[in-house]
Amino acid sequence: MTGLAAIGAGIAVLGAGMGIGKIGSSAMDAMARQPEAASKIQTGMIIAAALIEGVALFGVVVGLLQG
Amino acid sequence: MDLITPDLGLVFWTGLNFIILMFILTKFIWKPIMSAVNKREDNIQEALDMAKNTKAEMEKLQTQNANLLKEARIERDEMIKEAKATSDNMINSAKGKAKEEADKIVENARTSIEAEKNAAVSELKNQVATVALEIAEKILREDLSSDEKQKQLAETFAKDINLN
Amino acid sequence: MLDKTLKAFVWMVVLLLSAPVFSGSSSDGEPVDVTEMIMHHIKDAHEWHVLTYTDDNDGKQHVSIHLPIILLDDGLKVFSSEKLYHSGEVVEVTVHGKKDHYYANKELGYAVFHETIYKLNQEGALDFDEEGHATNAKPYDFSITKNVFALFFSSILLIVLMTAVVKSYKNDGMHPPRGLARFVEPVVVFIRDDIAKANIGEAKYRKYMPYLLSAFFFIWINNLLGLIPIFPGGANLTGNISFTFALAACTMLITVFSGNKHYWKHIFATPGVPWLLLPIMIPVELVGIFAKPFALMVRLFANITAGHIIILALTGIIFTFGSAAWSGLSIPMSLFIGVLELLVAFLQAFIFTMLSALFIGEAVAEEH
Repeated sequence: MTGLAAIGAGIAVLGAGMGIGKIGSSAMDAMARQPEAASKIQTGMIIAAALIEGVALFGVVVGLLQG
Repeated sequence: MDLITPDLGLVFWTGLNFIILMFILTKFIWKPIMSAVNKREDNIQEALDMAKNTKAEMEKLQTQNANLLKEARIERDEMIKEAKATSDNMINSAKGKAKEEADKIVENARTSIEAEKNAAVSELKNQVATVALEIAEKILREDLSSDEKQKQLAETFAKDINLN
Repeated sequence: MLDKTLKAFVWMVVLLLSAPVFSGSSSDGEPVDVTEMIMHHIKDAHEWHVLTYTDDNDGKQHVSIHLPIILLDDGLKVFSSEKLYHSGEVVEVTVHGKKDHYYANKELGYAVFHETIYKLNQEGALDFDEEGHATNAKPYDFSITKNVFALFFSSILLIVLMTAVVKSYKNDGMHPPRGLARFVEPVVVFIRDDIAKANIGEAKYRKYMPYLLSAFFFIWINNLLGLIPIFPGGANLTGNISFTFALAACTMLITVFSGNKHYWKHIFATPGVPWLLLPIMIPVELVGIFAKPFALMVRLFANITAGHIIILALTGIIFTFGSAAWSGLSIPMSLFIGVLELLVAFLQAFIFTMLSALFIGEAVAEEH
């Protein structure tokens, strides 16, 4: 992986990390407020996190294409 | 770059392997497991339902029993009340009858006393009349022995008629 | 407390001792190219290198499993990889300003360079372009490679394990699960209730259960086997794009073929979109059909590959710095990541299954 690609991957990870962190915190909030809906919130959280991660992975793929 | 290029051979083997694996697993593994799990769950559900039904039935029976008891109690109360009423009636009617009888007896007694009295009075009257007649006859026989006396009496009678 | 510490220490010693084995290092002070080692590990190979040891004469002995090579090149050609790697010759070349080598067997007319099989040219050699890629013709390669071997192994293992599970159900089905079934059944029920029923719906989920269950357990067992550092495990199968490509293609085909008229209406006449915009929307929706499984493919590949790279890189710290003292840092860290990868192994199998169910659920959903 060239240096620039590594920086790009880093930025992608930064964005994804922030996004997933936000999802996690909101989900925790929601679960604390409505513990009875915890399983539904969890499912939604995982799906949303997976979708964000998918976008971040495109960054990784571009990085690998460079390498 | 070659890290993210799908390789024909591996794709082929994976696809083939996965399809065969899925077939085998479905036929010999998932179906028995799923049917066993479903069967067990159905059994549990059935047992739960049965327990629920039994409980409901028990409750129904209990309420039924309570109702029956209540009805019986009400019936008993009614019966007692009725019996009381009947006895009261009987007592009342007996009392009434007794009174009536007594009244009747008293009345009868009174009437018979009256009748006796009347009979006695009329007897007395008759006797008095007879005695009076006898006396009068005697007197008359005495008084009408002379003409003057007869005339005097007639005059007295005539006077009496005028007064009327 | 003391007991726990002792246990942790014993495990660390075990790992410390096993580290040189799976990193393929030597003790003679020769520098180890960690990047090369990692790339070699995460890629497919035509032979399975189990371990290298130093014999009494200070010579390196490789213990490898020679896997069959199957080529489709004017008919089917089957031979052992031993003929390329060991019976043939090792040709040293300098490509792209870097010393490299390939294995050639002139009798067969094939060579293997960076685990790709090429046909040798007239002179019995490989040609390279300026970028350092070989330009020779490639036969269709259907070899039983390391990953294909791992694939077969995991499939057989899965069938054997699951047969043991099924055996405990051979009674009337009234008893609670016993043995391995106690572990598998909750997972099966979880997939049925929380994945299939939740995403596809009570009415239609039954048809897709075999696929979801098979995909889940297949991915999971391969993820776990990939984390075992020694022979039957350790292949980076689920972190191989070809593997994830095949599975994602299965999901895509199932989604497309079970799509009802509402699904297609959504693609070709998206409700609520003015018809003037349809020429833009239709291509976007069509790309979406491929983009969803593409994301599935890349997600599994990237997660598992990343996990393998991190564990190997952390272990590689020892060899990068060339001192056993670094194991005090490297082993706990790679152990931590290893435990995390156990979770990731489950999570990625779950997410793959979950998203597959979600896509299928979208395709079979009735109009609401």
